[in-house]
Amino acid sequence: MRLIGRGAEANLYLEGEEVVKERIPKNYRVPELDRMLRTTRTRREARLLSAARRAGVPTPVVYDVDNPGTTLRMAHVPGPQVKKEIDSMGSKERKNLFRRIGELAGRLHRAHIIHGDLTTSNMIHSGKRIFFIDFGLGEISEAVEAKGTDLLVFKKSLRSTHHEHEDECLEAFMEGYREAYPGAGPVLERLAEIEKRGRYFVR
Amino acid sequence: MEKVICLGIEATAEKLGIGILDSEGNILANRTKHQPLKGGIHPREAAQHHAENLRPLLDLALQDAGLAMGDIELIAFSRGPGMGPCLRVAAVAARTLSLKHGIPLVGVNHCIGHIEIGRLKTEAKDPLTLYVSGGNTQVIAFEGGRYRVFGETLDIAIGNCIDQFARNLDLGAPGGPVVERLARKGSYVPLPYTVKGMDLSFSGLLTAATGAARTEGNRIEDVCFSLQETAFAMITEVTERALAHTEKEEVLMAGGVAVNSRLQEMVRTMARERGAGFFVPPGDVLGDNGAMIAWTGILMHRSGITHRLEETRVEQRYRTDQVEVTWR
Repeated sequence: MRLIGRGAEANLYLEGEEVVKERIPKNYRVPELDRMLRTTRTRREARLLSAARRAGVPTPVVYDVDNPGTTLRMAHVPGPQVKKEIDSMGSKERKNLFRRIGELAGRLHRAHIIHGDLTTSNMIHSGKRIFFIDFGLGEISEAVEAKGTDLLVFKKSLRSTHHEHEDECLEAFMEGYREAYPGAGPVLERLAEIEKRGRYFVR
Repeated sequence: MEKVICLGIEATAEKLGIGILDSEGNILANRTKHQPLKGGIHPREAAQHHAENLRPLLDLALQDAGLAMGDIELIAFSRGPGMGPCLRVAAVAARTLSLKHGIPLVGVNHCIGHIEIGRLKTEAKDPLTLYVSGGNTQVIAFEGGRYRVFGETLDIAIGNCIDQFARNLDLGAPGGPVVERLARKGSYVPLPYTVKGMDLSFSGLLTAATGAARTEGNRIEDVCFSLQETAFAMITEVTERALAHTEKEEVLMAGGVAVNSRLQEMVRTMARERGAGFFVPPGDVLGDNGAMIAWTGILMHRSGITHRLEETRVEQRYRTDQVEVTWR
């Protein structure tokens, strides 16, 4: 097993063609809360990865969840994080990419899958396909509120991480999202509402 | 570089602050006075308090510094975010003093003030800032010429959550220290944990904690303990996420809630385990204060910024990332 990544909550190991994702204990939080978060997120992630694939969104195939449920074993998806590619792309290529990301997000929401942490760090460009990963904060929900919040997380990550291309990327994303998801209208209205509810917003 | 002496006026919420700094970063005076709290903050009453106390507090600050108004070379004030009536008291005072004494004026973003005084008073160079207070909860980092918000609350601030909980249960105000004290004798009961990407939500937690505390058979100490453990774990988690995401190597704490020793302990533990530096500014510049506004004013002015009167309108929802950072 070779350590290939250290995220905020998990270590990633490569073992042959498989990735082992281990949610590590955090000493800053009480043990009861720590165990609860690690196990529920790991199990939820396994379920949502499979559900997303059935909804037409590429995700790594899940092989196993250990007992008590803090380690996930899945297929290795080679390729760069979308986050790392954006600045080196041409404008047209970038728009196409975000249109496709929007379509994939639309497919998730059409199937009532909330990702929970939609950012370009959690998307892998592998060959011609874009894989969505890291569903640990996700849930199954038909609620417009949950879908609107999901989009807000994405929108804000563009603002903080890809500020130079924020408007262009968001516009392309929304185009793809609307096309893939017939229920997009009310979700986008709710998104605007949630933003206004926040502590800070411009205009 | 020529030495400049700056007067900073802070009034975004219940606290009024007057600070005087020189451009070498020496705090010559830093006075605060807050409206006595019974319930929550009433914006108009707080503003009234500030208007009545501004002149005497200014005189005390000048006395502390051994200066007269004629020695002040720059005036800075909080333009926002904050409560409109309070902000306007500081703005009107700053404009009046500026006109009367012919002193240049700079409007400062309150949140950025917290970051800059932290950078001045600790060893932190380019930190990820965790700003937690009664009215604000943000995780901020400098990126591409601005202070960008990587995580923030989607509804109420952490300080507001704890204060409101304490008020709901008549534990006394301000709620933070009371809840912290009670929590020392508590143990864990499950409460809702809500993290959305790098953002947070506290309103569901507040409702659930209030309900749990009112449920017969539950100990108030346990609910206080769990409220702190849950809310602070959420905050620490998004801070860690933002740290991994931005690849910053330092964490700086800011804001009134940053005095909480349990929160400090949790963030410190997280930072250590990630190999990141951990910094907490001294208590007198941690909560809202005038010194942070004066210092940020000096930095802005030094980079060529002076605001004309018509540019000093207050902004209740002034976003941290609205400000172009010309001084870094």
